[in-house]
Amino acid sequence: MTAIRKKNSGTSRSDLVYRVVAVGAAALVLILMAGLMLELIVNSGPSILKFGVGFLGSTSWNPVTEEFGALSSIFGTLVSTVIAMIIAVPLSLLIALFLVELAPPAISRPVGYAIELLAAVPSIIFGMWGLFVFAPFMADHVQPALKNTLGFLPLFDGPPMGIGMLTSGIILALMVLPFITAVMRDVFRMVPPVVKEASYGMGSTTWEVTRKVTVKYGFSGLLGAVFLGLGRAVGETMAVTFVIGNNHNVSSSLFAAGNSIASTLANEFTEASEPMYLSSLVELGLVLFVMTLLIQIAAQLWIRRVAKKAGGGL
Amino acid sequence: MKPRPSTGRKLTDLFVKGLSIAASLLGIFVLGWILFEVGARGFAALNWDFFTQLPTPPGVEGGGLSSAIVGTLIITALATVIGVPIGMMAGVYLAEVGKGTRLASAVRFTVNVMMGIPSIIIGLFIYTIMVLPFGHFSGLAGAVALAIIMLPVVARTADDMLNLVPNELRESALALGLPRWRVTFAVVFRSAKSGLVTGVLLAVARVSGETAPLLFTSLNSVYWPTSLSEPMSNLTVTIFNYAMSPYPDWQQAAWGASLLIMAAVLFVNIISRGMFKERKK
Repeated sequence: MTAIRKKNSGTSRSDLVYRVVAVGAAALVLILMAGLMLELIVNSGPSILKFGVGFLGSTSWNPVTEEFGALSSIFGTLVSTVIAMIIAVPLSLLIALFLVELAPPAISRPVGYAIELLAAVPSIIFGMWGLFVFAPFMADHVQPALKNTLGFLPLFDGPPMGIGMLTSGIILALMVLPFITAVMRDVFRMVPPVVKEASYGMGSTTWEVTRKVTVKYGFSGLLGAVFLGLGRAVGETMAVTFVIGNNHNVSSSLFAAGNSIASTLANEFTEASEPMYLSSLVELGLVLFVMTLLIQIAAQLWIRRVAKKAGGGL
Repeated sequence: MKPRPSTGRKLTDLFVKGLSIAASLLGIFVLGWILFEVGARGFAALNWDFFTQLPTPPGVEGGGLSSAIVGTLIITALATVIGVPIGMMAGVYLAEVGKGTRLASAVRFTVNVMMGIPSIIIGLFIYTIMVLPFGHFSGLAGAVALAIIMLPVVARTADDMLNLVPNELRESALALGLPRWRVTFAVVFRSAKSGLVTGVLLAVARVSGETAPLLFTSLNSVYWPTSLSEPMSNLTVTIFNYAMSPYPDWQQAAWGASLLIMAAVLFVNIISRGMFKERKK
């Protein structure tokens, strides 16, 4: 490539335009990203100045007295994400195992396709289904059963309303599952057959090969998949807004209604007329942005590191 | 190594295999459940009025979502017109013009990070630069928000797809004396066509179902879309507003709108994936 570039270094004007446009588009990506950060910081300025670091630790949320705190939203985001990951990661691992190791191609292909289609279902459709179909199902069947068996735990305390943290977490799990599965499937496929065959030759069962060889070999790739799912779950908005209950509340019960950063924004942003209210909401957005940014950067650096030591362990 | 009894190991293996099959069935079941509910409830809401009439207040018979359907089409088309060319050119920079440069790796990193930013944050950003200064919500702001969501997706796809094109093709085109821009658009793009088209279609499908970035930008409206500088009605925000309302007829209309959105998104997905496979053969 470099040799070619040199030969054409004194090219025509049309090529100059082509280059300038391409560089401009690439630079625009950087400008947008910088602008986004700047705008979020500037617009949350009044709220940052008024509440300081205390914003992150306060549970008050009162538009009338203009006292705002992010704790309940951050708490809800974390709790619903943790529930989602606890459910989605093992399920994705099992599905990837099925697709790569167990199912013959004739079954694996359509099943994989169906899982991929699940990823294409828009968030708002999950919300509709969650609110009108899944939440009543939770209220009638799942939550009473949990209450009867594990009701002594504070986690499963309170009336089974259907909506709330647990339901949001489960729906989030279903939404991120296809993304995690897709990466895990690719990771499993990248393990050289020789390594697996050696283990099978020693008399290992499929599960033993998976646990001791495949998972170990592709561990870093699997972790990358978890990061990907985490990043998606943290910022998911519409489906969560439909089912989380939208209540500025920190409760130990998973049945209780709560809120997440994204759901608070979706619900209250257009009603916010006072500058301080608006600024506090933008600051909430800034907190969410920083959270996803950290996850993304960690994931990117991780993938880069893994790619560099290609050859061993993926 | 002392021999271990194999019964327990085999039972564990069988158990995990069973779980694995159950997990896959669960995934398919959920997809089927959602498709069924949206299909059945949505179909009941669809009729001629739904496609031709403007929204009516709750309880008034005969309203439709024609304005929202048109609004969604306008916003999505405009977002495509803005987002795809810029995304493509950014991809061209990554794979052709700036290949191997430090700027390219910085841009690639940023593109990947940008793909992971929640769409509601993009909406917030556009609100601060296109709604707050002008004092009103607008369809144009909604389209720009969706375009920014498309941009990194298209750039990433273009980068990946252009990188698959063998270098010999570029070299032979350059040897014929073609300027670089013609090498890229007439030779490299043609060779990567099916992948690029698939990528663009998937990006369009993705943003057409987006709601969060429209909440603070395009908002919603009950009127026929006439101007890009006014709030523009659209299907997804309508679904949100109607579903959260206590009125059964509005909720039913929300199901109808959900069916339209889901059918469109899945249709484009299935078509584009099928197309990519065809060409690969």
